[in-house]
Amino acid sequence: MTDRILPIPTPETRHFWEGTRIGELRLQRCIACDNTYFPPRPFCPDCGSRDVSIYAASGRGALHSYIINHIGAPGMKPPFAVAIVELEEGPRMMANIHDCPQTPEALVLDMPLEVSFEKVTDEITLPQFKPAKGA
Amino acid sequence: MTPNSVAIVGAAETTDLGKIPDMGQIQLHADAALNALADCGLTIKDIDGVATAGHSPQELAHYLGIVPSWVDGTSVGGCSYMLHVRHAVAAIEAGMCTTVLITHGESGRSRTGFLSPAMFASQFDAQFERPFGVSIPPTRFTLPVMRMMKDTGLTEEHLAMVAVVQREWAAFHPRASFRDPISVDDVLSSKMIAYPFRKLMCCLVTDGGGALILTSADRAKDFPTKPVYIRGLGESVETPVISQMKDMTSSAAFRVSGKKAFETAGISHADVDHLMIYDAFAHLPIYGLEDLGFVGRGEAGPFIAEGNTRPGGKLPMNTNGGGLSYMHSGMYGMYALQESVRQMRGISPAQVPDAKISFCHGVGGMFGASGSVVMTNEA
Repeated sequence: MTDRILPIPTPETRHFWEGTRIGELRLQRCIACDNTYFPPRPFCPDCGSRDVSIYAASGRGALHSYIINHIGAPGMKPPFAVAIVELEEGPRMMANIHDCPQTPEALVLDMPLEVSFEKVTDEITLPQFKPAKGA
Repeated sequence: MTPNSVAIVGAAETTDLGKIPDMGQIQLHADAALNALADCGLTIKDIDGVATAGHSPQELAHYLGIVPSWVDGTSVGGCSYMLHVRHAVAAIEAGMCTTVLITHGESGRSRTGFLSPAMFASQFDAQFERPFGVSIPPTRFTLPVMRMMKDTGLTEEHLAMVAVVQREWAAFHPRASFRDPISVDDVLSSKMIAYPFRKLMCCLVTDGGGALILTSADRAKDFPTKPVYIRGLGESVETPVISQMKDMTSSAAFRVSGKKAFETAGISHADVDHLMIYDAFAHLPIYGLEDLGFVGRGEAGPFIAEGNTRPGGKLPMNTNGGGLSYMHSGMYGMYALQESVRQMRGISPAQVPDAKISFCHGVGGMFGASGSVVMTNEA
């Protein structure tokens, strides 16, 4: 059991959470206008088309912004960074930064990141990020 | 809207402000409402429109004994009251009602009879933000600021100066929670909450309420109070989740709302004598000044640090001390509106001499929503 707050997938987001469970970071792309978007929904938020596809993202991104939480959160020991990661494909998402000191000195904006998968329960694996290898 | 077609004739805060453990939250609404009615010499029977956020408008109406012909329960966070003003002006102009009461009450500190406005409730939040350890606003609202700092040169000292200057304004107000002067060093050595944000860059958590009464401008002249006319209005929403803000250095909701308010008022930035920008955290006046167009990109930090918004400066801003020093119950927008009304009536303890136009700008959620109200004391 975990104290962590966990997502409860909905029909519109289930593909995303099924993806993280098998090590895939899934995004959606509009076939009509080629827009890649996140969070998931079964239509393009740019043009409204329902003709969209699901695909596995590269898993590469960069540190766009962050805070270091000194207050804490259920099941998480402060201080820990909460980041906004800009994916190579364009969309941004929230994540924690693993395998990295949780300090301003180590967390440098625009540093390259790569996805890692944190299995929290049998049902839920969270997409997280860590400094990219070789960067 | 037609500029100056509707006026605020009644305005008041709760009898006490700050720590009010012996009053339940709905009574904070009522206390402010009764004070606002007394302010303009009306009774409950004169009110035919009600609007509120945080509590349901039916609870408010029933509690006060009103069966209104117009209701607005728009609840988009702390700027909801700015949106209520906009909607009330439209309703009065359309003849849907004649006299609107807008109330706020929140037992943010004591949590007496507290009902959560559930402002974070969203599917995207529940699935894509909360699992990563964001919770209360200091861990969310602050997230874009590192990007702002890198892209525009904003510094921690600039953020600290926002708190320092607002404390200078709070010193004028007997009802402000914190009135003693603070220095940049005080701010930068206060407890770390969510790097780079320290405690003195974060708003208070207090108890209180406020209420406004609006009616048509032609009736407004008959009241004992000096009418405060609604000259311009704007509103917008962007996102329920801060990670999906399109541009971390600029609020789309601020830009849309502010532009609309300037356009409807038919004024330029130079016409604004007094400015309120909802400051739940020290970066909000920075984003506000830039997104509303008072200064250019990257200029707001230096603009405040150089003293332009402090007492005696050319653009007096957050003259009640703001959410950082005056009070912040949770949905602070009502108190920004109250200070704009006081300034337009000429009765603020921190009165700006000869102020004729006040621009009052609110934020809701975490850069999620926005509302702007331009007031004037000249019809």
